[in-house]
Amino acid sequence: MDLEKPSSEIKSEPPARPQISLRGLFRIFLTLGAISFGGGVVAYMREYLVRGQHWMEDEEFLDALEVSETLPGLNAINLSVIIGDRMRGALGAALAVVGMTLPGTIVVLALAVLWQGELHFQVVGYFLTGVAAAAVGLLVALTVQLGHYQFRRLIDITLIALTFVAVSVLHLSLPLALLLIAPIAIWLYRPIVGRVNPGVPHFRRDLRRGWFRH
Amino acid sequence: MNRLVDMVGVFALLSVLAIGGGTPILPEMQYLTVERFHWLTDRQFRDIYSIGQVAPGPNMLMVLVIGYRLKGALGALAVGLAFFLPDCIITLFANRLWERYRDSPWRASIHYGMAPVIIGLMLSGTYAIAVLSIHNLVALLIAASTLSILMWRHVNPGVLIVIGGVLYALLAH
Repeated sequence: MDLEKPSSEIKSEPPARPQISLRGLFRIFLTLGAISFGGGVVAYMREYLVRGQHWMEDEEFLDALEVSETLPGLNAINLSVIIGDRMRGALGAALAVVGMTLPGTIVVLALAVLWQGELHFQVVGYFLTGVAAAAVGLLVALTVQLGHYQFRRLIDITLIALTFVAVSVLHLSLPLALLLIAPIAIWLYRPIVGRVNPGVPHFRRDLRRGWFRH
Repeated sequence: MNRLVDMVGVFALLSVLAIGGGTPILPEMQYLTVERFHWLTDRQFRDIYSIGQVAPGPNMLMVLVIGYRLKGALGALAVGLAFFLPDCIITLFANRLWERYRDSPWRASIHYGMAPVIIGLMLSGTYAIAVLSIHNLVALLIAASTLSILMWRHVNPGVLIVIGGVLYALLAH
């Protein structure tokens, strides 16, 4: 019965997505969740899913990352949802998120049981202080790299300063600070006929360099 | 029971406020868990943040430690769902709608308008952790060296974070 052949063999669809079982998808996200350390989850995902597994083109990954960054939530989690959904629908998205968070959850809960708010050994307290201090260095590096384009434009520097002062100096609550500043920021970049928004090429190039991100 | 409701409320709120990732919500999380609800001390908040740093996967899994500390396994589960589920649902549906607005010029406006706001919030999050952790020269040197190494070379930050912890433990007492 040749006519009953699956339509996928007849239609010439744009590059066919590799078929992946739910179990396989879960295993890959579980691996990602276990090997990515130090806030570099997105870089690991790109390396592993685009270059390793060939699930998608780099351009497609960057598009998904752009959506992830615009929506609330952690980039790594949002990306897991989007990629899981593309590969295997809503169930794929759910398995991707569970896989991504399961190894870290186990480690974090094991540490939580050990820690209990009290420190039995002074040295553990020192270790955690050093970790936080090193994390400050990492966060500054991330911020500088993420914003290296913004740090060069007066309009952006003003918005950066305004936001920092609102939250860290005036101690406005985050919802209030966002409510006050976000509309102004978006209005400043409102679409104007004939004006190309600046920064587009920079943005793409930075993503290509694959900097680690949260 | 009331506390569990508060916990779910706090972390669901933080979930939808997490524009640009986890770092931007750190000051708000600190305010809510330490000053507003007195669930943690500043020191505990910082230690929990560090625990998130040394675990694999997203650092914000630290919220599970807060949940566990307050209400045991049930607390960790409640906080985990409150913090992760709303964003996942928003992303699932918003991403499917996204295609419809693919060519809208406002997409770029939101992106470029929010970029500096997110940078400002990341600076605030960084500042909050710095105030809690950098109290002496050793800590300052660890932060500065981590920063310089990362700006200079593409090193796995996780390695530097652990080295920072070990160095401080060796040098600080």
